[in-house]
Amino acid sequence: MNLDYLWHGFAVALTGQNLLVGLIGCFIGTLVGALPAIGPINGIALLLPIAYTMGLPAESTMILLSAIYCGAEYGGRISSILLNVPGDAGAVMTALDGYPMARQGRAGEALTLSGISSFVGGILGSIGLALFAPVLARLAIGFGPAEYFVLMVFAFATLGSMVGSQPVKTLIGCTLGLMLATVGLDATSGAYRFTFNQPELGDGIEFVVLVIGLFSISEALVILEHQGRGFTVIRELGRMTVRAADVARCTGTMLRSSVIGFVVGVLPGTGASVSSAIAYTTEKRLSDTEDTFGKGDVRGLAAPEAANNATACGAFVPMLTLGIPGSGTTAVMLGALMLYNIQPGPMLLTERPEIVGGLVASLFIGNFLLLLLNLPLVNIFARVLTVPNWLLVPGILVLSIVGVYSTHASVFAIFLMLGIGMAGWLLRKAGFDMAPIILGFVLGHVMEINLRNALAISGGELSILFSSAICIVLWFMAAAVAVLPTMLSWRSRRLKVARTAGMPAIDG
Amino acid sequence: MIRFLTKMVAGAALVAMAAGGAALAQPAKPECLAGAKPGGGFDLTCRLAANALLVTKQISQPMAVTYMEGGVGAVAYNHVIAKRPKDGNLITAASSGSALLIAQGKFGQYDENAVRWLGALGADYGVLVVNADSPYKTLKDLVDAYKADPSSFAIAGGGAVGSQDWMKASLLAKAAGQEPKQMHYAALEGGGAVLTALEGGHVQVGSGDAAEMVKHHVAGKIRILAVMAPQRLTGALADVPTAHEQGFDIDWPIWRGYYVGKDVSDADFDWWVKAFEAASKTPEFAKEREERGLFEFTMVGKPFEERVKADVVRFKQLAKEAGM
Repeated sequence: MNLDYLWHGFAVALTGQNLLVGLIGCFIGTLVGALPAIGPINGIALLLPIAYTMGLPAESTMILLSAIYCGAEYGGRISSILLNVPGDAGAVMTALDGYPMARQGRAGEALTLSGISSFVGGILGSIGLALFAPVLARLAIGFGPAEYFVLMVFAFATLGSMVGSQPVKTLIGCTLGLMLATVGLDATSGAYRFTFNQPELGDGIEFVVLVIGLFSISEALVILEHQGRGFTVIRELGRMTVRAADVARCTGTMLRSSVIGFVVGVLPGTGASVSSAIAYTTEKRLSDTEDTFGKGDVRGLAAPEAANNATACGAFVPMLTLGIPGSGTTAVMLGALMLYNIQPGPMLLTERPEIVGGLVASLFIGNFLLLLLNLPLVNIFARVLTVPNWLLVPGILVLSIVGVYSTHASVFAIFLMLGIGMAGWLLRKAGFDMAPIILGFVLGHVMEINLRNALAISGGELSILFSSAICIVLWFMAAAVAVLPTMLSWRSRRLKVARTAGMPAIDG
Repeated sequence: MIRFLTKMVAGAALVAMAAGGAALAQPAKPECLAGAKPGGGFDLTCRLAANALLVTKQISQPMAVTYMEGGVGAVAYNHVIAKRPKDGNLITAASSGSALLIAQGKFGQYDENAVRWLGALGADYGVLVVNADSPYKTLKDLVDAYKADPSSFAIAGGGAVGSQDWMKASLLAKAAGQEPKQMHYAALEGGGAVLTALEGGHVQVGSGDAAEMVKHHVAGKIRILAVMAPQRLTGALADVPTAHEQGFDIDWPIWRGYYVGKDVSDADFDWWVKAFEAASKTPEFAKEREERGLFEFTMVGKPFEERVKADVVRFKQLAKEAGM
C-alpha cells in the first residue's frame, strides 16, 4: 500500500503553525473532555466558526478539530477517576475502577496509568487508521442491521461477566437501562413511546443527562450523606508516577482493548460508549480471576481508556474513506470540510491527500503532545481531591447543571437529570451498581433498532440473522464468550482440587 | 424556578424589543435557533441565513446560531410559541419536514397557525437511489421490478415510518400499485447510514435527498434513478431525469425556511421579509446557497405562509392515503 500521503501529511502537520494549532486543540480538548456533559462535539461546534473566520486553511482546521476530538478522549478520564463523574460518554467505564483507585489513595497512579493507556490506544488507533483504512472501510460496509444486532448479542454475552456477586441486582439494573432506552421516538414506526406529551422527551432520555444524573448527582448526594453522618474522607493523593509492574500487567489489556476500540470505532453505528463497555467487559471476562475488577484494578482502568482513544481514531476511517460519519463528532467535521467547499467522500484521499495525510499525521503528533501535556499535569489535576467537601459538592452540582443546560438549553433536562440523580442515589443505597444500567441503555438502544430494521428488511424472516459470514462469526464469538470462562474456571477448580488432594488444604 | 426563568426570558425579550422597536430597524441581536444538534439540516439552514445576511450587509453584526435539540424541531417550536412569541430578533429554522410533523400532530398541541412563517431560502429534492451495480437503470425498471416481486425489495430511508424518506418510498410503492404499509422499509439513522446499507447490499433501494447523495453518485458508488423535482436540477445532477420525465407523477421538494413567533410586530416581520428579499437577489447569496448543496427556492412572506399551509393539508392527505 502506498503511504506517500502519510509522509506528505507529516510535512504538513509539522509546520510551525499546524503544530501550534494542534497544541491548542489538545489543550481545549482535554478541557472540554474533563467538564461533565460537554463533550468533543460541543468543543468542535464552538471552535469551527472561529477557525473559519480566522481564515485557517482547511488542513489546519482539520488538525485543530481532530486534536480537540482526541484531547477530549484523554480529558474525560480526569473527572471520572477523581470525582466518579464521567467527563464524556467514553469515560463512563473509566470510573468503575478509576474512582475506587482514587479512594484508595492512588489517584496519581490512576491518572498516570490511564494517560499511558490513552496514549497506547491513540497511537495504535492512528497506526490502524494509517495502514488499514481502505480494507476496514469494506468491513464497515459489510455491517448491516442484522450484523449490528448480532454484534450487540456478543456485547451482552460479554456483559455476563458483570453479573458478579449479585446477579439479580445486575440484571434488574440492566433491565432498567433497557427500559429507559425505549423512551422517545420509536425509530421504526415513528410513534412516541413513554413521552407523556413532553416534546423534550421526544428524542428519548439523552445519554449525557442519564450519565450525569446517575453518576455525578448521586455521587454528590452520597458525599453529602457521609458528611452529614460525620465521615471524613481520607484525601491521599498517593504517588504521581506509575509502577512498572502495573504497566506490565496492563500491557495485554491495553493491546486487546485498543483493537476492540478501533474496530468498534470503524463501524459507523457505534461509538466510544459502546467500545469502552465491550472492552471493559471482555477484559473482565478474560483476566478478572481474583474478582478485583470494580474495586480498583489497574486493568479495569486501562481497558476503557485504551478503547475510547482507539475508537476516536477508528471513527475517522468511514469519514475519510467513504465520506460517512462514524460518530456525531466526525459528522460535524464532515460539515467543516464542506464549509471549505471540499466534498468529503470516496475521492477525498486522491483529490486532497494533504488533508487526509495531515489529519492522520496530526493524530500521531497529537497523541505525543497529549501525553506530554497530561503527565506533568497529573499532580495538578489530582489536587481536586484536596478540595473540601463544602466546595466540592456545590462545584459538582454547578458543573453538572451548567453542562447539561449548555448543551440542551432546556430546564426540563436539568430537572430530569436531578430526578435521575435522586433515583440513582436510592438505587446505590439499595446496593445497585450504576454500570449495568448504563450498559443496558447504550447497548439496548442499538440492539432494538437493528433487530427491527433487520426484520423489516427480511419481512420478518429470522434467517437474516444467520445469513452472512460476519453474523455467523459473531454468533460463535458470543457463544464462546458466554461459555468459555465458566468452563475454564470449572477446569481450573478441578485442577486445583486434584493438586490439593494430596496436601493439607490451606484455602477453600 | 421555571417561572423565574420565563420572566427572565420575557424580560430580556422586552428589553430587546425596546432596543429594536423603531420601525424597520434591524434587530439588535439577530439570532437563529436550530432545533437540533450542531451539524444537521437546521444548523445548515441557520448558517445560510446568518452568512447570507451578513455578506450582503443586511445585518451589520454576525447573527448568533443557537441550538435546542429535541423531537426534530418540536422542542424549538414549542419553545418559540411558549417563551419567545414576541421576540423580533429570533428566527427559527424549519423545513418541509416540520410541516409533515405538524400535519401528523407530532409537534405537540400546536398547529401550523401558532407561528408566523417568514420565508424559505433554498430547497433540496427527494431522490431514489440504487447501488451502482444494480440492474435497474431507470425509475421504470425499478417500478416494474417492484411490481413483479415487492417482497424482494428492501428500501432504506433516514427516518421512521411516516417520515419524509418513508413518504418518498411510499410514492414508489404506490406507483407500482402496491400497498405502502407492506413495504420492507428499514428506518436508518440518516443519509450516511442509507449509503452504507446500499453499498453493503443490505438494502436494494435508498430514499434520500439530492444534496447528500450527489457526491456518491458522482463518485460512481450509487446511481440516482430520479429526482423528485419539477424540472432537472443544475450542476452535477443535470443528467439525472426527473420522475415526471419518466412518466411518474412524483414530486418531493424539501424547502428550508424560517418562522418567527406569533406576536412578533408587523414592523419586525416586514424588516426580515425585506432583508430576505434583498439578500436573495445577490450573487453572493447564490454562492452561499450553492456551497450548502441547496437549489434555488426563494419564497418570502405571504406566498410562503400559504405554501406551508398547503403543504400541511397535502401531508395530511398523503398520510391518510398511506394508511398512517
